[in-house]
Amino acid sequence: MTLELTAQDQSMLDGEQGPSAAAAMKILVAFSNAIGARGLLDISGAHIDGCLYHGKAGLDFVERLVEGGGRVQVPTTLNVGSFDLIHPGMVKMPASEEVPARRLMKAHLELGCQATFTCAPYQTRFRPEFGQQVAWGESNAIVFANSVIGARTNRYGDFLDLCCAMTGRAPAWGLHLSENRRGRILFELDIGEAEPSDSLFVGVGLIIGQASGDRIPVISGLPQPRDEDQLKALGAAAATTGAVALFHAVGITPEANTPDEAFHGHAPDETIRITPADIDHALSRLSGVADGAPLAAVSLGTPHFSHEEWTRLLPMLREAAPGRGIPIYVNTGRATLMRLQEEGALTGMEAFGLIPVADTCTYVTSILERLDGVVMTNSGKWAHYAPGNIGVTVAFAEMADCIRSAAAGHVVRGAS
Amino acid sequence: MTQPVAKDAVDRLGTFQLAGEADGPALVFSQPLSFWGGIDAETGDIIDHSHPGLGKNVAGRILVMPSGRGSSSSSSVLAEAIRRGTAPAGILLERPDPILAVGAIVAEFLYDIHMPLVVCDIAGIVSADRIAVRVGEQGEAVIHKAQ
Repeated sequence: MTLELTAQDQSMLDGEQGPSAAAAMKILVAFSNAIGARGLLDISGAHIDGCLYHGKAGLDFVERLVEGGGRVQVPTTLNVGSFDLIHPGMVKMPASEEVPARRLMKAHLELGCQATFTCAPYQTRFRPEFGQQVAWGESNAIVFANSVIGARTNRYGDFLDLCCAMTGRAPAWGLHLSENRRGRILFELDIGEAEPSDSLFVGVGLIIGQASGDRIPVISGLPQPRDEDQLKALGAAAATTGAVALFHAVGITPEANTPDEAFHGHAPDETIRITPADIDHALSRLSGVADGAPLAAVSLGTPHFSHEEWTRLLPMLREAAPGRGIPIYVNTGRATLMRLQEEGALTGMEAFGLIPVADTCTYVTSILERLDGVVMTNSGKWAHYAPGNIGVTVAFAEMADCIRSAAAGHVVRGAS
Repeated sequence: MTQPVAKDAVDRLGTFQLAGEADGPALVFSQPLSFWGGIDAETGDIIDHSHPGLGKNVAGRILVMPSGRGSSSSSSVLAEAIRRGTAPAGILLERPDPILAVGAIVAEFLYDIHMPLVVCDIAGIVSADRIAVRVGEQGEAVIHKAQ
């Protein structure tokens, strides 16, 4: 094998730093051999997508690392779990499932992971910087780290993200290496002077996710986003319809100041034009519900709502003042929620139906009171997954339309 | 008349992604199968509606296919299937697969079950061939085949 280990790597592998580090290193070595990595590199942080309970093997793995006295070697954040630990009683689950699912969240904390429980670790104080090597799980976080920040991670998942955290090392391959971050496929946006609405960014994300395959997409002609939340929505959508781990937006994202920089001086393998009609078509597939349909709930914050998004939402709520008791769930990180509470920003908002949800997300666990009606969302990712995961009918719309609909009691879109 | 193939005849050599020994009937696919969304870990049934193996069961078989496919969640599904005894007895692949390797290694670490994962030439193996996987003297994978 061509994999070269440092003395420190070898010492871990040989068990000199405990059985947990040895197990993690053994898995990293086997993975590295399988993909042909030549060595491992240091990481400055990790984000673990292992807190959702999918079966006993996942829990057994973490328990074994805990028993072996393992500790993560770098600052390590945790993705959402099955519970909102901040709001007990919100998630309904049979005890037989609840016990292992709660234990899984707690066992990760015993390894020294941070109790962030958010799919948006880039909105926490653990946000990496440009050029830093990290090992992240969770598709939206991966694409955000690579594309918007310019940090470097591959698409880590099951077990591997934790093995990287336990060793502070990652296989030197893929998007960790400069030469593999080169754009391959060009999407030319031809949308005139269109208002850069949130939906536009979701639509572009859906399209590039579908069409890119394993090629890194470059987008030209994308309007300057209002804020990074619009790029967050684009990336989350692209990682939903496809396996996009990195996109470049010319003149916007940090590794794409020019088309030449995005393509590393090469020509694109393929060029695809995106028209307003293409975007409308992609978005229309997210909602099979006619305007006027009765509304059961609104769900926002997939990925987790940022403080800036809350700052946009709260005045909308005050203005529309929904009073029909339709729940407006907003998924967010516990740190963001704490900051809002300290600011007193949420006082009185429950009267409008606002229900903040922390540590988890409304489409991965049983939170929604009613599953029989239409749920409106401004998230392309939620609209894509929720029908399959929890069996709801979804209507996708701009955030303002979601709130106006909650006030009206039925689906209202395009109102200005 | 040719002699019947001796049961212990060495048919081909391969490289282990995870070393182990196994015996079982081959289940051969020309199309890769994703464990996540493709196999029910409770039963070993193939549940991928777009795969020609739909409805067949992988438990105790030597699964032979060109490569793995799909999401990293396949690691968990394979580890869970090995734990439950619904996994293949062994897997032969033409190309190394990091996702399946992680699942097999985690299961070995947790449950001390060694499901061999082998990279080798898979041409000429057909479903129902009796396959035996052994560890050679140099640590290589030794594949025996009988019809």
